[in-house]
Formats: sequence, structure tokens, C-alpha cells
Amino acid sequence: MELFLQQVFNGVMLGSTYAIVALGLTMVYGILHVPNFAHGHMYMLGAYVCFFLITIFGFAYWPALAVSAVVLAVAGIVLEFLVFKPVRNAGGITPFIAALGALIILENAVVVLWGPEGHRIPNPYPGIIDVFGITMSTQRLLVIGGAFLMILLLQLFIKKTTLGSTIEAVAQNKEGSTLVGINVNFVSALTFAISTALAAVAACMVAPIFMISPSMGSLVGMKAFVIVILGGMGSIPGAIVGGLILGLIEAIGGGYFSAAYKDVFGFGALVLILAIRPTGLFGKEIKGR
Amino acid sequence: MMKWLKANWFYLVVLVLALVLPLVITNRYYSQVITMSLLFAIGALSLNLILGFTGQASLAHGGFFAIGAYGVAILTYTLGWNFWIALPVSALLSGFIGLLVGMPALRTRGAYFAIVTLCLSEIIYLVAGNWMELTGGHNGIVGIPTPSPISLPGLGQLKFDSQISQYYLVLFFLLFTLFIMHRLTKSLRGMTFLATAINEDLSEAVGINIFRTKLLSFVVSNFFVGLAGGIYASLIGSISPSVASVGMTFNFLMYVLLGGITTLAGPIIGAFLIPVLLEYLQFLQDYQMILFGLLLIVVIIYFPSGFMGLYKSLSEKIKKSKVGA
Repeated sequence: MELFLQQVFNGVMLGSTYAIVALGLTMVYGILHVPNFAHGHMYMLGAYVCFFLITIFGFAYWPALAVSAVVLAVAGIVLEFLVFKPVRNAGGITPFIAALGALIILENAVVVLWGPEGHRIPNPYPGIIDVFGITMSTQRLLVIGGAFLMILLLQLFIKKTTLGSTIEAVAQNKEGSTLVGINVNFVSALTFAISTALAAVAACMVAPIFMISPSMGSLVGMKAFVIVILGGMGSIPGAIVGGLILGLIEAIGGGYFSAAYKDVFGFGALVLILAIRPTGLFGKEIKGR
Repeated sequence: MMKWLKANWFYLVVLVLALVLPLVITNRYYSQVITMSLLFAIGALSLNLILGFTGQASLAHGGFFAIGAYGVAILTYTLGWNFWIALPVSALLSGFIGLLVGMPALRTRGAYFAIVTLCLSEIIYLVAGNWMELTGGHNGIVGIPTPSPISLPGLGQLKFDSQISQYYLVLFFLLFTLFIMHRLTKSLRGMTFLATAINEDLSEAVGINIFRTKLLSFVVSNFFVGLAGGIYASLIGSISPSVASVGMTFNFLMYVLLGGITTLAGPIIGAFLIPVLLEYLQFLQDYQMILFGLLLIVVIIYFPSGFMGLYKSLSEKIKKSKVGA
């Protein structure tokens, strides 16, 4: 029972970070209908920015996290402008390929600049709490709390502010929102900025727990895609639920069956779910793109 | 006969060039690079069938390449089979797994299909790296025998231990693949592939069973990439899980896109030009991949139909200027 609860705790921790990474991805897809394959690599970049701010410039943990989010927001806008905007009307597999190109550049640029080896951000909260036999490190609890806070803030922003509701408007109907005076280009850039900033926050929160390395992005990016598909592309609640489901599948599969195959369980679950529901758990029918 | 020669002289010249090439290039290293280019051209051609002609972005191509490679490695090295039985069995296995996986995966569309196949590729990679008993884990399998000799009655034996013989072996399979792709894409069945690529809903409305069309294309495509993988394992002599990596898929993707998607010549040109280009760019070392990423973005934005598209638009311009003069 204790093992089970321990795995559930780890699963929720993993799942909540996956959820915020996936949230950004699903928002971008909802607005631009672009599958941003480079999203995981923006996450990786966020972790590196945080790492350098702390180790070289001597930032404290929280300011480093905030600055990293801002830097990545700018990077997201640049990425949208240089890579996705030119292929916006191209359809088919074109946006994918452009994103693949961006991903190759990002990963290799980091390898060239800072080497392929892993780094570790010093843990700001090394304490451990013991609750009913489950060990919870303070940093892990912080990750869960932080993730839910981010989700809550994002929901409030989208539902309660005018700026936030323009994002929803563009997602629902691009022509319609242009008609009522919404600047679609601005909203696209804003969405990208929020999406990559969220990825950076997630990366900074888990970086003290896991290692950071140039290749950390591709697996997280792929998982975020799995979650977005599980939850249905463009669906925000879908991304949150999907993130938690994937985290739990991985933690429980890894804890009870085989740690080496934990990713196989997650990806296998996706293939299985899509076999039954080709548009995901919460997805609407999508047109072939 | 003359008419046929006139229409096809260019291809004949290319064929003759391909046949005499190993006699001209004697440097062992370059000869190896060229043989590998031919081998990857088989994989690129097969990716082009599903990606270009059928419009489904399969990102599991590296995974199926690995299935063929591990199939031949295990059958010949571990079980001691004859290469000429192991190769078709491995290619068929690759096609069969494609069938099993395609049935759920092809129910999805567009970006969903790309992600599902990417996940499959990752599963194959993880299994190849962790199933110690079968695949040797991360160390892979070393010491895979070269293709078994074929006895020709009265003529002696065809051996495949020299570089020249391996070159002709790969060339033979490339021509075989090209022949099948040519027959397939020019047939009525090929037209249904293309129709599916252009508009799935409309194709379905005119009575094409798009699911079966996509499945057929996927299985044929995986059969041929499995074939390429099998030959690869036997010629290189050792394999590791890296053959199943996403990087392998990206390479095929790059050959197809930079060469010219939905053409038969494009993937071959891509598979040839890019490794040669890479040889010249060796001095860039780590920056090489960054340049590649940039190239990919520039090509997809400005020349979406790759080298062949560029060639076509140039030759049309020349024709027009001649007519004008």
C-alpha cells in the first residue's frame, strides 16, 4: 500500500509537470493548428537558462525561474515569427517539417555551446517530509503546488481578462475574431509566448530533481504530444487530465513492472486509446490536415 | 526502339554511370559512402511512397529499418540462417508489423498519425535497447556475417565479401525497389494513393476505400525499408539500437524533402547529394547539424518541392525562353 501511494505521489508530480508543458502545446495547436515539434526543446532551453542564471550569475532560485520564463517567452515569439509564420498557410506536412528543422537547430546549438553532458541545478529545498510512510521531498511538493497554481492562473487569465479571451476567440473562429477587431498576429505571438514561458517554468521546477541535458527535450516534447492527443488537440482540460494520466501510468508501470520499459507503457497506452477513439479522449472530430 | 531510346536516353546514361562507378572510384572510403547512399536511397524511396504519394507523415521509418536490420542480424548471426532466406523473412516481418500497427494507427489523421508513428518508433527503440536476450541491449549485435554466396550452376559462386560486389548487390536492390515503385505509382492503385494524399474526404466520396489504400501503402513502404535495414545489418556487420533512433527517420525525411517529394528521382538524388555534401562539410563538425536544420527550414519555406522542384521550374523557364526567341 505504501509503495502504491509512493508511486501515486511520484506519478502526480511527474504528471503535473507534463500537464503544464502539454498545456502550452495544446494552446498553440488550438490557435495556429501548428504541431510545434520544437516545444520540448524550448523546455530544455528554459532549464539551461535557469541553470546559467543560478551557477554563473549567482541568481537565487525564484528570480532565475522568473527570468527564464521571460527569456523563453521572447524566444517563443522569435520562433513563431521566423519558423511558423512563413508556413502558416502551407498546410499538409509543411509546418511539421519546419518545426523539425527548428528542433534540430535548438538541440545542436545547445550541444555546441554548452556540451552534450548533463548538469544539475542545486536543489533549493532539499528537505524531506514523511507522511504516513510516504517520503515527499519538499521540491517535489513544490512542483505539484506550482503546477496547479500555474494552471489556475492560466484559467483565470483566459476566462476573466479581455486579453485572455481573445485567445479563446481566435481559437474558435479566426475570421470572426478578425472582424471584431482582434489582431490575430498579436494573439498568435502572445499564445506562443505564454506556451514557451509555461514550458520554461515546468523545466525550472523539475531541473533540481532530474539532470538537465541537451537531449532532455525530445522525450518530454514527445510525451507532451502524447498527452495533447490523449486529451484532444486544443482542449485545455484534456491536457491537464491527460498529463496526470500519463504521469500515473509511468510511475505505476515503472514501479510495479519495469523501470526500463516505463516509457513503453505510456506510448503503448496512447496507441491503444487511439485505436479505440481516433480523436483522443476529449477530442472532437478533426478535419484531415 | 529509337523512339524509346530518345525518350529514355537520360535514364540509360545514369544506369551506365551507376554500373561503371565502382570501377572509377577505387578509394575504399568513398566507395563505402556511395554504397551506403544507394542503400539509404531504398529507404528514402519507401518513405516517399507513404509520405509523398499517400500524404501520411509516418515518423516510424527508422523503427521499421531497425526491424529489418535486427531481423537479419538475429536470423543469420544468432540462428545461423542463410542470408537469402533471412532477408526476405525480415522484410516481410517489417511489412507484417506495419500491418498490425497500421490498423490502429491509420485510423488517425494528419498530426495525430505523425505522433502515433513517432511513439511507435520510440517503443521499438526502447525495446531494442532493453531486451537483452534478443537484441543484446545497448551493445547491439556484433559480427553479423556478410551475405551468403550464391552458387550458380556451371559458373561458380557469386560472393559478396568485396566492396565492389556489395555495391552491385545494393544497386540491384535499389533498381528492384525503383522498378516496383515505378509500376506501383503509375498504376491505377498509385492514382488512388495520390488521390488520398490530395484530399481524403473527396477520395472517399468517389468510392476509394482510403483506409485500405493507406494501409497498403504503409505496408509496402515498411517492407522496403525493412529490406534496406536487412542489407544494412549484413554489410556493416554490427548494429545497435541507434538504427531505430529518431535520427534515422530524420535522415530519410531529409533525403526525401531536399531531393524532391512525390517524385521517384528526388529521394535518390537526396540520398546521394546529402551524404556527399556532409563529407565536404566535415570541417564544420558540430555546426553541421545546425546548418542542416537551417537548410531544412529554408527549403520547406521557399522550395517545398526540393531539388526536383527547382530543376523543373528552371527547365520550364529555359523552354519558355527558347520559344520566345
